[in-house]
Amino acid sequence: MSGTFIGMPVFPPPTHPAFPKAAREAVRNPTLRGNLRHATHTIRAKRAKAVAELSDWDRLREAGRLIKDHTLRHLERHLLRLEESVTAAGGTVHWAADADEANRIVAGLVKATGESEVVKVKSMATQEIGLNEALEAEGIRAYETDLAELIVQLGKDRPSHILVPAIHRNRGEIRDIFREEMGRWGRPAPEGLTDTPAELAEAARLHLREKFLRAKVGISGANFMVAETGTLVVVESEGNGRMCLTLPETLISVVGIEKVVPTWRDLEVFLQTLPRSSTAERMNPYTSMWTGTTDEDGPSAFHLVLLDNGRTDTLADQVGRQALRCIRCSACLNVCPVYERAGGHAYGSVYPGPIGAILSPQLRGTESEIDASLPYASSLCGACYEVCPVAIDIPEVLVHLRERVVEGGVTVRQGNKVVLKPAKGHAAERAAMRAARWTFSHPGALRTGQRLASRTRRLQPRTLPGPGKAWSGTRDLPAVPAEPFRDWWQRTHGGKDGAE
Amino acid sequence: MSGRERILGRVRRALADVPPDDTPYEQVVRRDYLREHGDRTVGQTVELLAENLADYRAVVHRCTEGELPSLIARLLTEREAGSVLVPPGLETGWLAGTRVTRVADRAESTPDDLDRVDSVVTACAVAIAETGTLVLDGGPDQGRRRISLVPDHHICVVRVPEQVVSSVPQALERLDPGRPLTWISGPSATSDIELDRVEGVHGPRTLEVVLVG
Repeated sequence: MSGTFIGMPVFPPPTHPAFPKAAREAVRNPTLRGNLRHATHTIRAKRAKAVAELSDWDRLREAGRLIKDHTLRHLERHLLRLEESVTAAGGTVHWAADADEANRIVAGLVKATGESEVVKVKSMATQEIGLNEALEAEGIRAYETDLAELIVQLGKDRPSHILVPAIHRNRGEIRDIFREEMGRWGRPAPEGLTDTPAELAEAARLHLREKFLRAKVGISGANFMVAETGTLVVVESEGNGRMCLTLPETLISVVGIEKVVPTWRDLEVFLQTLPRSSTAERMNPYTSMWTGTTDEDGPSAFHLVLLDNGRTDTLADQVGRQALRCIRCSACLNVCPVYERAGGHAYGSVYPGPIGAILSPQLRGTESEIDASLPYASSLCGACYEVCPVAIDIPEVLVHLRERVVEGGVTVRQGNKVVLKPAKGHAAERAAMRAARWTFSHPGALRTGQRLASRTRRLQPRTLPGPGKAWSGTRDLPAVPAEPFRDWWQRTHGGKDGAE
Repeated sequence: MSGRERILGRVRRALADVPPDDTPYEQVVRRDYLREHGDRTVGQTVELLAENLADYRAVVHRCTEGELPSLIARLLTEREAGSVLVPPGLETGWLAGTRVTRVADRAESTPDDLDRVDSVVTACAVAIAETGTLVLDGGPDQGRRRISLVPDHHICVVRVPEQVVSSVPQALERLDPGRPLTWISGPSATSDIELDRVEGVHGPRTLEVVLVG
């Protein structure tokens, strides 16, 4: 094995501050906390109701898990079959190992059409690779067409939720953004625009319609790709997806390799679990499915860009690979007490919340400050695992990644095995663990220490000095009992088995 | 090395720990979930479709085959539609009751041309009761995907009970993945503003469903 120490953040280099710092700012913003609380609680209650309508939910969840696990175990076979089916249906398949390669391919395809504008349906994959910025650098303007993405784009902001990217904005803020920014991008907001949701949606409709009707190139992601048939699936609500997928002459879809499912029939599982988990609806308003190109209906050219960008590195981790089952429903965000208070921006990536806390450090590596802090952005309460429609054990992966951050070890980056050094900030934790290991293996020392601690309990401080200060800054030290358990046991049971 | 070879090589190396496994796919995935939820008669299934469509703000009408032309005529009149898009294979009788200008679904029409049309009438391929979903597959009586997208008013005719299934699994069985498919559950909607649901952003803001049978 060739071991290379990666001392510098690899790719992309996240310069975002660590989670605790970003979260501290977010929790001090009462508007943000109010918006988030309202939104997560609303959708949480609705989801529970939608899920309760299906008496076989557990079986659907298990089937979803098995389908995704099987797909990942045989990923090469399914990707090759997908390539064959898409090609046979008139599409062209491209492979992109990282963000740069994907952006180069897409920019090249757009340039070949002679166009300098594209319309985009919301896509996590294209956000992950920074496609809009890469296209801008090539003189191509990308218009986001999902209402929330439009709010984010006009507000020069970043998305903060997988499903509801502008969840951190309230209606007043949205009206202000529309009034000030729409005119710079195209049709200005109507005179006298108020903050009622219906008027705001109407303003977005008018603003975007002129872009849809003239667009020659559309860019999308996909929720699913069916290997057996070459069918791509996009699930959405507003119709902006349908606009981007059917009106342009050229359609370019950038999709992570983990989005493949083996068979047409597999959709029967995910089309039941995804809408109910995400928007808490029996079914989302629009789902589009296309297989290559169709004569005189929809785009005449279809390109599929299959994206790796850290997914194969994630696949190499035996514990962490289950994160690739994710179908991006965002149910885990809405139940997470940490997300609810810290908001999506604190996670420093396009994937916020519990899934982001395990996905981002795997896709990007744990070397940067933000990625090393993400496995700690959780209380390990387990609510995320409970609601996950593909049963990703997020707490298990969080603990696994914490171990990697603290202890270092062998991992895979960009297809190569690397040896990570233990993270610097955890020296005190490691020292404490070493001391604990010695103490627990020396019963006499443990007994003496416990008795000493009990006798001096009134003198002990509630916070720790030195390197422990940061830890006790957000927690109270546990009170030491008057008598150690071992002494109590000896006294009350006399060393005999209590079951007698 | 091409991106393709690099990615496939990485996939192989990443899965080196996974033991080879020849169990057929259909045995690996237990499909012990339900084919449909609940025990309903055919009539109750149609009733559930109507309820779920209405729950997501589609306007539902019911009529007999004979009443259909006058119902469609009335819906277009109430909407004050000046023009209506017509898929090539739509049953001619359906529009017999109206004199609204007909616009053919032609390949050479531009999106702007379609944007000037008020309404569209289509049939559907299948309707799903449990979810309140209509599926269009681009058949001759449904036309190109864009005609049910650009006009602001969509009238969709469903033949009951023949075109109605209970569930998503039953619908997928009936559909041909080789065709472009559009699943529609209520009119266009967004919940992006404080999670308040607003009907109509980019697709038709009014969806009227006629259950014929």
